[in-house]
Amino acid sequence: MARYIVKRFFIMIITVLVIATLTFFLMHSIPGSPFNQERGTSEAVQANLEAFYGLDEPLYVQYGMYLKSIVTFDFGPSIKNPNQTVNDLLSRGFPISFELGIITILVALISGVTLGIIAALRHNGVIDYLAMTFAVLGISVPNFVLATLVIQQFAVNWSILPAATWSSSAHMVLPTLALATGPMAIIARLTRSSMLEVLTQDYIKMARAKGLTPMKIILKHALKNAMMPVVTILGTLVAAILTGTFVIEKIFAIPGMGKYFVESINGRDYPVIMGTTVFYSSILVFMLFLVDVAYSLLDPRIKLNAKGGE
Amino acid sequence: MKLANYEKTEVKNSVKQEEPVLHVKDLEVTFKTYGGTVQAVRGVSFDVFKGETLAIVGESGCGKSVTSSAIMGLIPSPPGEITNGRVLFKGKELTSLSKNQLREIRGADISMIFQDPMTALNPTLKIGEQLTEGIRQHTSISSEDATKKAVEMMKLVGIPNPTERLKQYPHQFSGGMRQRIVIAIALMCEPELLIADEPTTALDVTIQAQILELFEEIQQKTGVSIILITHDLGVVAKIANRIAVMYAGKIIEVGTKREIFYQPNHPYTKGLLHSVPRLDLKGKPLEPIEGTPPDLFAPPAGCPFTARCPHAMTVCEKIMPETTRLTETHDADCWLLDERAKK
Repeated sequence: MARYIVKRFFIMIITVLVIATLTFFLMHSIPGSPFNQERGTSEAVQANLEAFYGLDEPLYVQYGMYLKSIVTFDFGPSIKNPNQTVNDLLSRGFPISFELGIITILVALISGVTLGIIAALRHNGVIDYLAMTFAVLGISVPNFVLATLVIQQFAVNWSILPAATWSSSAHMVLPTLALATGPMAIIARLTRSSMLEVLTQDYIKMARAKGLTPMKIILKHALKNAMMPVVTILGTLVAAILTGTFVIEKIFAIPGMGKYFVESINGRDYPVIMGTTVFYSSILVFMLFLVDVAYSLLDPRIKLNAKGGE
Repeated sequence: MKLANYEKTEVKNSVKQEEPVLHVKDLEVTFKTYGGTVQAVRGVSFDVFKGETLAIVGESGCGKSVTSSAIMGLIPSPPGEITNGRVLFKGKELTSLSKNQLREIRGADISMIFQDPMTALNPTLKIGEQLTEGIRQHTSISSEDATKKAVEMMKLVGIPNPTERLKQYPHQFSGGMRQRIVIAIALMCEPELLIADEPTTALDVTIQAQILELFEEIQQKTGVSIILITHDLGVVAKIANRIAVMYAGKIIEVGTKREIFYQPNHPYTKGLLHSVPRLDLKGKPLEPIEGTPPDLFAPPAGCPFTARCPHAMTVCEKIMPETTRLTETHDADCWLLDERAKK
């Protein structure tokens, strides 16, 4: 286990480096630079700016500087907002995105799994059909549509919840609702189908033959076995939600990390692109690592060892 | 039908005069499917006495397993339903019990052993937990005492180092060991009736023999009654006391092991015995039973074996034969045994 973690750690570093390298060269292969957008700056000014940010250097020198910035985790100032560094942006935006993300994940996970179990137990019954209709709607309706609908209904028509910003627990309800519905629907469908499969297994029949209560059979014998597919998608889901969801943050005016992603790409804000990419991919890779560890906790047949399993 | 043998018996046979542990009478089980209603079990009656092994034999789909599930109250409902009949366990009617009452009997008084030990154990739970959870459900035993009991049972079924092995997971055991654990689980609450549904089918032959010996040993030690469900006549010959032959949802012949093997009366029983390889008939080809069992969506009005029977008569197609008493312990349902049939 310890050897596995060490080995895995090195693989994680390599993965992040590969992602960062690809992003760097892709970014520089896009024509244009941060300074040539409708500003009409003179060539001299532009050359000075490029020199300040090191953009006049050959690509390999820039790449070297960039690698150094990854190792030191100091990406320098943003090009579009020169008075703040990339680290400022991340450390200001990420806690908020993180808070929204954690609440969303918890809501999605608990309600999704519960819904999935109920649907599986009432297989082909009215509750199953209702739950699955709801799940299909949840997957197909984009969260920005849902966001505007819930704002219209709860904030405008009924005036019971604030429409935007991020300051109290009441403010968290609508963005969480809008953001959690999709993942919840995915988790509910996965849980249901995996539960249905597990419930036909012999060991469930055996648990019933032992005279265990239905509650014990579901929670102790079925759920643990049914959670594998859910854990698999949970890793990427968590990474995606934690690092900010641009649209929801924009609609609810939440000062999270998501908006920097999109704005930095539109504005060719190289340091911010690189900073957010490295940050995002590190979290993603780490989440996938946690998923692998969770597998071995759920299913003792999966052994983590440095040789990559049996 | 068959139970009448034992109720009215005048033979001074102590075993037979006892109250049976399990008394099944006219049991009927149907499954409603989109394609129609399957009559899986069509009026099955039998008794199981204390300390004996009753084997129920028959080919796939004849209703053996459904019968055992019905006794355990494990028929999935819907689509399954017990439409008729009684199941008396020590005089208590099981078919009219509530789900909770039935659950209290399941695993405590009647236990079940499943066919495939590779899938019958939960891969994510330790063996110790799987052994003790049943007894802890049914009694107020402490966790330490339950573990002691589990160690005892592991010893009984012949698993070395039981204390350490309780902490292991199913995948750390071989197939034969897993079946021993499944048997240990079934014995944890000291049941009076053990239903073994093809307990050796998934094992290789050397392990099969060991498991069968284990059954005999356990029965001697605990006096448990066993219903053995199988299609393997070799297994039956080894451990059964009495044999019930099932075909198309009915028991068509029942008798002691000796009677069934040496004086089979129903053509199906004879066919079944002829289709097993025998050392003393070396060189002769095996005789399979031609044809396939009837469709239980629309079972025939008469004897279900008519279409495959080499001795079929006109009456067989139309009317189900009555049970003919051959000896105090031997019954068969066949028109050939009727006194009006041409010999």
